[in-house]
Amino acid sequence: MNLTFSPEEQAFREEVRSFLAEALPNDISERVRLGRHLRADDYLRWQNTLSEKGWLAANWPKEFGGPGWGPVQRHIFDEECAAAHAPTVVPFGVNMVAPVIMKFGSDEQKEYYLPRILRNEDWWCQGYSEPGAGSDLAGLNTRAVRDGDHYIVNGQKAWTTLGQHANMLFCLVRTDPEAKKQAGISFLLIDMQSPGVSVRPIITLDGAHEVNEVFLDNVRVPIANRVGEEGQGWTCAKFLLTHERTGIAGLGHAKQALRHLKSLASRTQHRGKPLLELPSFRQRVVKAELELMALEVTNLRVIAAARDGGAPGAESSLLKVRGSELRQELSELTRRALGPAALPFFPDFLHGDANLDDTYAQSAAASAQYLNRRKLSIYGGANEIQKSIVAKTILGM
Amino acid sequence: MDFALTDEQRMLEETLTRLVSDQVSPEQRRAMLNAPSATASPLWHTFAELGLLHMPFSEQVGGLGGDGTDLMIIMQALGRGLVPEAYLAGLVLPGQLLALTADDKQQSRWLTPLLEGEHQLALAWQELDARYDAYEVSTQATQRDGQWQLNGRKDVVLNLEASAAALVTAQFDNGKLGLFIVPAGTQGAATHLYRTMDDQSAGDLTLDNVTLPLENCLSEDVSDALAEVLALGRAALCAQAIGAMEEACDQTLAYLKERKQFGMPLATFQALQHRMVDMHLHLEQSRSMAILAATSLELPASERDYKIAAAKAYCGESARYIAEQAIQLHGGMGMTEECYVAHYAKHLVMFDHYLGDSDYHMETVSDLLNVA
Repeated sequence: MNLTFSPEEQAFREEVRSFLAEALPNDISERVRLGRHLRADDYLRWQNTLSEKGWLAANWPKEFGGPGWGPVQRHIFDEECAAAHAPTVVPFGVNMVAPVIMKFGSDEQKEYYLPRILRNEDWWCQGYSEPGAGSDLAGLNTRAVRDGDHYIVNGQKAWTTLGQHANMLFCLVRTDPEAKKQAGISFLLIDMQSPGVSVRPIITLDGAHEVNEVFLDNVRVPIANRVGEEGQGWTCAKFLLTHERTGIAGLGHAKQALRHLKSLASRTQHRGKPLLELPSFRQRVVKAELELMALEVTNLRVIAAARDGGAPGAESSLLKVRGSELRQELSELTRRALGPAALPFFPDFLHGDANLDDTYAQSAAASAQYLNRRKLSIYGGANEIQKSIVAKTILGM
Repeated sequence: MDFALTDEQRMLEETLTRLVSDQVSPEQRRAMLNAPSATASPLWHTFAELGLLHMPFSEQVGGLGGDGTDLMIIMQALGRGLVPEAYLAGLVLPGQLLALTADDKQQSRWLTPLLEGEHQLALAWQELDARYDAYEVSTQATQRDGQWQLNGRKDVVLNLEASAAALVTAQFDNGKLGLFIVPAGTQGAATHLYRTMDDQSAGDLTLDNVTLPLENCLSEDVSDALAEVLALGRAALCAQAIGAMEEACDQTLAYLKERKQFGMPLATFQALQHRMVDMHLHLEQSRSMAILAATSLELPASERDYKIAAAKAYCGESARYIAEQAIQLHGGMGMTEECYVAHYAKHLVMFDHYLGDSDYHMETVSDLLNVA
């Protein structure tokens, strides 16, 4: 066994690093570094740059216009992007609906949607959760009833991330209320400009407008916009959830957060000494460092298994649970490191375009991010759900 | 980056797994523990026949040149079976220190027969007053009349009873740390023998004006070699603990599936399912750390020590967690001597006390923390 990257992989890391140094606009990386919200245009400028380079669809095979990277390269790319404060690519099109279309879509759907995703011509969002269907996703109630060549869709979706910018929605709907709950679900692609679609912001406890409710009121959706067969929606959804999701541990982000924390805690003074020398604080930093080391090797084990053709299984759940816990702990320590400077809240700076003097600009995001990171153990299958998945599928309980 | 085992390593793993399951059942283990420890067991002879005694040593000293991964495979299998053989304490640690320090003459006297299974040794590095610090040694070595004289006491020396000689660290007047070989029965060397809480044979070695010929001083400055051997030992202990954690998890899971209360198997209760998953999370994260340790042995000393300290600190905490949960999930049965998992739990708790515990190693990580 060995844990070192090959010379080719190290050369690839250098290539990514120098591309980022050259191509990532300063104003964007600065917004990411300071934890400020990104405007739609920030995302688009960066994703267009990646698209021109051919690196937007990092997970796609070559035949559809991806770079043809393996899991190791994707991991290196993610790590370097996080280290350079690049925005995370909005995943709903390129990493979520695209693999479903590739696997279950018709030729027409592939030919129409995939190039548009590659060129950033559509902004996709996700219509999975509902007010009454969270962890029990298959309990969803949004109804789609056939009317000639169309479905008439009625219902309400929740937690639609960045839906305020989106023009396309991929959506799980119930097409057969009589069937067993998983069997009556279909996967639809909905144009957000259709009459009857409305989006209402949900403001989260950090003051951010990141998620939305989407209301579907007698929305007409062409049957041609269904991916896969009627009633096959759950298969598509499960494929999406088990489809290899690189970076589920958020390792690049955790590494960056730990670097920032250590630097912050060694600059911050506590009774005339760096805060990092306060034993109780240092102990927690050391524990986070150990957890990160373990997580990093576990992540490499999963990546190596994927590279060698293994299917990701329980390890993704493990990475999700431990990765989210670690990132939450790091956000907690960063907030604490700031002491009283963590108290002031400047929403116009964080979530808008207002200026803020440098005393607070550097630290303004810490408390908001701490609150925002609570989502990590809730979304994508709550950590308790992940544990139940491991208990059932791996331990046979 | 590669986590796959070579064909040879897979064969080694299979052979050991079979050997352990055939020859170290709970009853066989009890019999082995009750056998007189002065003579080598039949299992040790099998180890010799399989080449396991040569495996972790370099070809220069007549070994098979196994690397950290090979050692990890062996230790993990021994940990799974809770095998009561002093493979690490009686062979690997003293043998590696001999290989690093002794001249040809001393090697052919002590190392060659060790690898042939003709005798075992012990490494007497520890003193209670220094806790886990191998360099705060109060045992003194002074030269008198063309001979060495040792005075002091070495504590909790593993495999002391079965060893043909002990490698003893002692301080010189110049402050450097020396290494001596003290054959069993040397006048002035008294032993106080006992077993550890997890059934390992151990003892204290009191040195009262022990007189040794000059050639019995193997090194006049053993610090670096000792650090290298202790790092190897810590990595090996982590691997052994992984084996024991695996088995503790497996036995606990089997028990949850079999035991019924309120008319249902315990495995159907969600509170217990999640507890069991948490045990597995600890196991898998610790396995990653044990791999990190096993693949760090060849790194420059400070990087090696940093990573291995991190691994030992991490595995120590996880081992205790898994031990406590294994007892808890077995309920009252987990409290009994008769329940096999209790023996794994004991070993996993005591594992933290060998070659430095979590607090000790956390401090090393803290001291070496990269704050750049």
